[in-house]
Amino acid sequence: MSAGAYNFAYLDEQTKRMIRRAILKAIAIPGYQVPFASREMPMPYGWGTGGVQVTAAIIGPDDVLKVIDQGSDDTTNAVSIRGFFVKTSGVATTTRTDAATVIQTRHRIPETPLAAGQILVYQVPIPEPLRFLEPRETETRTMHALEEYGLMHVKLYEDIARHGHIATTYAYPVKVAGRYVMDPSPTPKFDNPKMHRSPALQLFGAGREKRIYAIPPHTDVVSLDFEDHPFSVQEFDAPCALCGAEGVFLDEVIVDDAGGRMFVCSDSDHCEERRAAGHEGTLAGAPAWSGAAAAAATEDAS
Amino acid sequence: MYVAVKGGETAIRNAHDLLADRRRGDRAVPDLTLAQIVEQLALSVDRVMTEGSLYDRELAALAIKQARGDLIEAIFLVRAYRTTLPRFGAGEPVDTGAMRIERRISATFKDLPGGQLLGPTFDYTHRLIDFALAAEGETAPPAERQPAGEETPRVTDLLAAEGLVETSLAAAPEAEPGDLTRAPLEFPADRDLRLQNLARGDEGFLLALGYSTQRGYARSHPFAGEIRFGEVEVEFFAEDLGFAVPLGRIAVTECQMINQFKGSAKVPPQFTRGYGLVFGQSERKAIAMALVDRALRWQELGEELTAPAQDEEFVLSHSDNVQATGFVEHLKLPHYVDFQSELELVRRMRREQAAARVEEPGEDAREAAE
Repeated sequence: MSAGAYNFAYLDEQTKRMIRRAILKAIAIPGYQVPFASREMPMPYGWGTGGVQVTAAIIGPDDVLKVIDQGSDDTTNAVSIRGFFVKTSGVATTTRTDAATVIQTRHRIPETPLAAGQILVYQVPIPEPLRFLEPRETETRTMHALEEYGLMHVKLYEDIARHGHIATTYAYPVKVAGRYVMDPSPTPKFDNPKMHRSPALQLFGAGREKRIYAIPPHTDVVSLDFEDHPFSVQEFDAPCALCGAEGVFLDEVIVDDAGGRMFVCSDSDHCEERRAAGHEGTLAGAPAWSGAAAAAATEDAS
Repeated sequence: MYVAVKGGETAIRNAHDLLADRRRGDRAVPDLTLAQIVEQLALSVDRVMTEGSLYDRELAALAIKQARGDLIEAIFLVRAYRTTLPRFGAGEPVDTGAMRIERRISATFKDLPGGQLLGPTFDYTHRLIDFALAAEGETAPPAERQPAGEETPRVTDLLAAEGLVETSLAAAPEAEPGDLTRAPLEFPADRDLRLQNLARGDEGFLLALGYSTQRGYARSHPFAGEIRFGEVEVEFFAEDLGFAVPLGRIAVTECQMINQFKGSAKVPPQFTRGYGLVFGQSERKAIAMALVDRALRWQELGEELTAPAQDEEFVLSHSDNVQATGFVEHLKLPHYVDFQSELELVRRMRREQAAARVEEPGEDAREAAE
């Protein structure tokens, strides 16, 4: 079937209007999960159908799209989703955070601070922050309505009692605009502070669970904590081995079978730009890093 | 040293090419035609149409071919296609009482108006591998006779005449049936939406849940009042004409389950019903659906909630195999950012525990010293 048979950005205009209405409602009630009539998409549920629907509903011909998965533009699913929008909408794409108008992401917020006018679209697997404490939707909706978040605080307290600290490291719950407790999607808690008063619009789409929620620009987003156990983010012992960046989220890469490992930026675009600007880490000369070398390595393997 | 950061695009393209090659298999073997799938794998086609919720035998056959015979993948293909189709309205309710019957059995009455008609069924075959099928050779045509032309009323209608079974509640005249593909499912859900969900639901999931009710998890003492399979007319009310026009015929299987009910303060003892309706000949699914439909009606009938099959949120949220397979299989996607966060935490906790041991030697250390 040719792509020409489909509407711009795949979804028909009626569906886009329905999704836009849900987005507008979500922006009007920050952090509140708005049910929407999620469609079956030509990619599997759980692989970003919510984010794809939100992006399809808001993207226009003049937009510049960036898609990342685990912080990287080159992971297979990011490549696949970017390819989908190129095919169905023909919009320009980029890997540069500052050049994008719409950024669809799974599990990370870019290291480069976002600016006013940009929209960050999150792919969300389980939108309900209370789900693992209470499996029933009828119950959790009531709890949100009554602002009854004691259960979540008890869970965090039990973590501290048992482990000495809060044992949630990703999908760490936040309170939005002082009202709704919200799941930031499975981003590492390292990224939580970036959501607070961000000048960019943040939209969250959960396709399988049929929910959309939003954080409008400049909204308070506070990670839940206790006075004597304040929220803190992960710290890494060493800077990025390739670009030397500090204060960024690092991925651990196992390099041999003798316990050797290196830590490199999870945000691959941020890392490449730093290296292009002349920053160097301890392993910057590593042979397999460049695209050509990695492609060659793949060929060797096959 | 290999750092897998680049090359995703090429890898995906190559993987798709390889998939296409594996789908075709040995080129010396003739390519499978859609007609062969429609005719000879008809029950696969029926399942894909039912759970894909789109009645189109050719399209379902194409999906099965494209999916290499993986039926859930084929259902997914059909669903993703279906969602792009325009809707122009809802058909009139199909009249299964006027079905052109190919098979009709009742487990509750030995004989009844219209008779019992076994039709094409595996039921009384001996499950012995038929090696003759592996050899070439034609199947002889079956014996034929003219239909008797007798009316075949539904068993539940016969019982309802005596008031022994609850009547099916007539929908409010202007009530539009709900559509969970156009509006998000909210709980509690009405029966129309529950039935729609079950009709699209995974056969295996419903089979297991239905089975669980038979084994005592919300036992409902079911009898297969009637199972009928055949063709029904689909009609659509045309505003311009002012009457319903036939659109065509579809094959469906209907199961009317009759279940015991002790009665309540308001209602005298009578039989209650569970209902199953699916495209094509999918009896297992229709029966399982009827069992689960009945179990889900516990509240309406004043029963107790004791088992998973009765739990509306549990059943309806997990019945869709396209959703389920997507989320289960998304575990294949990279999760190294989340995993890194957990790694860091576990390492820190292990460090802290080790440090605590050194500071105050506990039981372990003493035992080791001894």
